[in-house]
Amino acid sequence: MSAALDIVGAVLLGLGSVALLVGALGLLRFPDLFSRMHAAGVTDSLGGGSILIGLLFIGASPATLIKIGMVLFFLFVTSPTSGHALARAALYAGLRPKLTDGDDVEGPAPDLEAPPAPTTARREVL
Amino acid sequence: MNVAALEIVAFAMLLLLVATALIIVTRKTLLSVVILTGIYSFLGAGWMLLLDAPDVAFTEAAVGAGISTVLFLATMALTRHVSAAPRRLDWLPVVAVVLTGAALLYGTSDMPRFGDPAAPAQAEGSLSHFFLESERAAFEAHHGDHHDDEHHGEDEHHAASPAGKDAVGLPNAVTTILASYRGYDTFGETTVVFAAGIGVILLLSGLSGTQFTGRVESNALKRMPVLRIVTKLVIPYILLFGLYVQFHGDFGPGGGFQAGVIVAAALILYGLVFGLGPTMRVVSPLWVERLVAGGVLLYAGVGIASMLRGGNFLDHAVLASSASDGEHYGILLVELGVGVTVTAVMLAIFYSFAGRGRPA
Repeated sequence: MSAALDIVGAVLLGLGSVALLVGALGLLRFPDLFSRMHAAGVTDSLGGGSILIGLLFIGASPATLIKIGMVLFFLFVTSPTSGHALARAALYAGLRPKLTDGDDVEGPAPDLEAPPAPTTARREVL
Repeated sequence: MNVAALEIVAFAMLLLLVATALIIVTRKTLLSVVILTGIYSFLGAGWMLLLDAPDVAFTEAAVGAGISTVLFLATMALTRHVSAAPRRLDWLPVVAVVLTGAALLYGTSDMPRFGDPAAPAQAEGSLSHFFLESERAAFEAHHGDHHDDEHHGEDEHHAASPAGKDAVGLPNAVTTILASYRGYDTFGETTVVFAAGIGVILLLSGLSGTQFTGRVESNALKRMPVLRIVTKLVIPYILLFGLYVQFHGDFGPGGGFQAGVIVAAALILYGLVFGLGPTMRVVSPLWVERLVAGGVLLYAGVGIASMLRGGNFLDHAVLASSASDGEHYGILLVELGVGVTVTAVMLAIFYSFAGRGRPA
């Protein structure tokens, strides 16, 4: 039983490590901020997530399990939120997603419920 | 982890630290410099954790990667985003930096190897060895084989420890040494934090100028529903964790400095999402000023209370009928004083910086 759990944990740890590697590669190779954020998201959710879940299978004491569970909860709440905030900030700053070659999105910003002028936007960050 | 593997990982992290520092020096865009500084702090925190110093790693992660990044960004919003190009190469700073670096490198050649059991700090007969050994003996005397008879004679418990009656016997020896053995030094450190806070308040013309005027920045609130909800969801847990770190510091990594920074981070997060005004309604600038001084006063008050009870300044042992209980009460109160001052100073700095950009 314990050996089976260890194997499942090891497989998840390996999967997480591969996801981290893939995410890092994507961060280097992808062309624009939004696709790079997607790669960074892979490291955060899939990489960090499967490593933590793998640790749950290997984890020793109940106290450790509860702590890892709490870390998982916070990872899955905060990581998408920071990604959301980052993408939003980039859109506000006027960055547009790059689509296919020579077919970038141009023109006015999508309607974000009246984006503020740059000066007020900067102050709001505070 | 064995020492060789530990050394390899620690060395890799140090290399990353140096690389980050070099990149910071070459960058002109202040925004990327600020972000890289945060990465630098986080790497530093990871390195400290690797060296079994979770108490310090905590503080470094929260202050370096969290709060100081926010303060830098707040400052940057008031100034330009690109550093000015130097008119010409100034040789004096270069020489000063090279000389200082060379002196530091030369100094490290005298330091013992990492993990060397014969290092002065770990050698038998050194002060730290004496502290740690007596603390371990006292802890084992309290929590060792006889759990059932709590009211065993105090003298017999303490007979086992080299430090005799003064040993405290808490599981986290870092907290014990910080708040009891060298409580006077920690008092000095708290006063430094206090002085730094007062300095920022004075330099940035006081918190009274940033007094909340009653205007709620509702425009910031309405457009960020995800951030708003997640912040509301997370802040209670951050505060709870802060309290845990504060009061569990006797038993695990943590204590006043760490807890103070975590609580301040929760309030600053609230300020980032909901605006400065609502934050000032939670903790008004007046109360921030009071708490900045209040924490230091609590710390000093514990010292004076022990003097009134016939002991030396910050000699917690006389605070209760048993020396061990007295030490525990003293450490708890002293750490609380540190936590209150650190939280208040962080908030004071945040209010001062973030308040400056606001129209009067």
